Amino acid sequence: MQKLPDNFETYDEKRKQGFITMKNLKDKGQRVIGTFCSFVPLEIIYAADAIPCGLCASSEEPIPAAEAVLPANLCPLIKASYGFAYTEKCPYFYFSDLIVGETTCDGKKKMFELLNDIKETYVLQLPNGRDFPDALSMWRDEIIRFKEKLEDLYKITITEEDIKKAIKLKNRERDILREYLELGKLDPVPLSGYEMGTLIDASSFSFDIEERCETTAKRTAEVKELWEREFKGKKSTRPRIMVTGCPNMGVRDKIIKNLEELGADCVVIDTCNGIRTQLDKVREDIDVYTALAQKYLNVTCSVMSPNRPRFEEMGVLIDEFKVDAVVEIVLQACHTFNIETYNVKKYVTEEKKLPYMSLETDYSQSDKGQITTRLEAFLEMLM
Amino acid sequence: MNDGGIDIGSTAAKVVCRGDKDISFVIPTGWSCKMAAGAIKNILLKDGVDVSKEDTRVVSTGYGREAVDYAAKTVTEITCHAKGAAEIFGGEKAVTVIDVGGQDTKVINLENGIVTDFIMNDKCAAGTGKFIEIMANRLNVELAEMFELAEKGDPVPISSLCTVFAESEVISHIAEGRSREDIAAGIISSVALKVSSLCSKQRLADKIVLTGGLSENEYFARLLSDRLKKPVDISPEGRYAGALGAAAVASRL
Ligand code: SF4
Ligand code: SF4
Repeated sequence: MQKLPDNFETYDEKRKQGFITMKNLKDKGQRVIGTFCSFVPLEIIYAADAIPCGLCASSEEPIPAAEAVLPANLCPLIKASYGFAYTEKCPYFYFSDLIVGETTCDGKKKMFELLNDIKETYVLQLPNGRDFPDALSMWRDEIIRFKEKLEDLYKITITEEDIKKAIKLKNRERDILREYLELGKLDPVPLSGYEMGTLIDASSFSFDIEERCETTAKRTAEVKELWEREFKGKKSTRPRIMVTGCPNMGVRDKIIKNLEELGADCVVIDTCNGIRTQLDKVREDIDVYTALAQKYLNVTCSVMSPNRPRFEEMGVLIDEFKVDAVVEIVLQACHTFNIETYNVKKYVTEEKKLPYMSLETDYSQSDKGQITTRLEAFLEMLM
Repeated sequence: MNDGGIDIGSTAAKVVCRGDKDISFVIPTGWSCKMAAGAIKNILLKDGVDVSKEDTRVVSTGYGREAVDYAAKTVTEITCHAKGAAEIFGGEKAVTVIDVGGQDTKVINLENGIVTDFIMNDKCAAGTGKFIEIMANRLNVELAEMFELAEKGDPVPISSLCTVFAESEVISHIAEGRSREDIAAGIISSVALKVSSLCSKQRLADKIVLTGGLSENEYFARLLSDRLKKPVDISPEGRYAGALGAAAVASRL
């Protein structure tokens, strides 16, 4: 039997429910692995018969507690994630058998050292670039070591067959999610960027992959049907926005919802909690480890240097989704995305000839007025 | 038939009315934007402009734009400053507008009177009117006096770009017995530095104009021009740029 946190009784209903759900899963013997990043090959986790739980936090609530340990001048996603772990308020962290970190940005890397004092944190050594000769083979070896780590942890053997099965499963989910997110290509767009983001985030807390696929496919069919029936042929004049940059679940209300209420449509979200990770599938016709290494080296995140594929991918998305303007969200103190805004702006304004704006923000509400003014002015410029 | 533009900033509210009447005035915003909006309505009425009449269209802008409940439309200060600047300085080609406001500073690029790109300062007050106000309080002088003093001084170094740290630098300069002229010069030149560093993030047009509260200030324009290595135009009408822009929007409603 699993134990609940000491302060369990003080939690609100929703949180209590989260803990109970996870506790029941664990009591039934479910294996759970906590992860933070799109570079983590989830197929290995599924092949170990475990479920991955995304631990990136989106709420301001635990940040003051985290700041007792971490510097204030740090990305809110890192502070909030650590804060939830530290205060035992995240059921997914609390019930994880192992936490998997990665050597992505400096903030996370160093935070993982501290996280390891709370719960064992296994850090994947991700190469910092893709272009040097050994990048792929290093990363392939690292993925094999990760598999061995899980074999050790659970005292099991993970066969290539297991991995193949997991690859198929995840690829199918990617197809379904992609089809859903590509509804954004329709004009007028029949669903909000807000909904797309919310669905993606919710899916990292729904543990039955089959069920998840079914829900998403159903929603896609529903929206398609609605479009055919009500919207087809009635093109919209609302500007079509691409949102890019850092994961934005913690600022979705402040920026994406706000933009849509001000009269724009966020048709494509090019971030880790958007379409970015659903574009490439894992090859099913080659060695499983090479296939995984290829897919998970090509995440177009700014921690990679150089990061040319991000621009190529953006270009394709801008064309396919008929984007009118790009809004980049940078979380405060995220150096990699922040520095990259210079080149993104250059690319968007000079090569794609579209308006671009970047916003640096955190999880607080204190800059909501200022952000609204900027978004409004940006839209006035487009309309 | 009258078109009114009301620009409620954090320190001053600017009003322009065009049409049958040709009026412009400034009042302090005071502590409530709502009250300022009410006061403006009364002043206009005395001058023969009734905002509740069908043929009078009002557009509001600025930080307090939502408080003007008789406005037909609200438009952001960025768009309005751009439109206003184009009217005042001519907007036939590419122009960069710098507006040092009470709460935030904006650098706006426009082509043919239309905004093509803009940038605003981050949360910090350094490089805004607020900063000058805080420092004037420290030196115990009025805002206008601050610039007069500064022109006579030899700037003390104020290197911090953060308001809180800059203030403590000023305090230590006071303690060291530096003259008020030198400290005032240091303060104004630090604002020019911060504004020019914001400008460096934007491709600047050859024509640069200053709008907002500092737009009558030749001295500040000179400092800025030295830093940017380009001429900076000013105009006595510059402070009305936002309101003028709003009135221009109103005329097209
Ligand atoms: S933005 Fe980069 S570091 Fe963050 S989760 Fe995505 S891939 Fe990982
Ligand atoms: S948003 Fe940036 S700083 Fe924050 S965790 Fe992701 S890469 Fe690191």
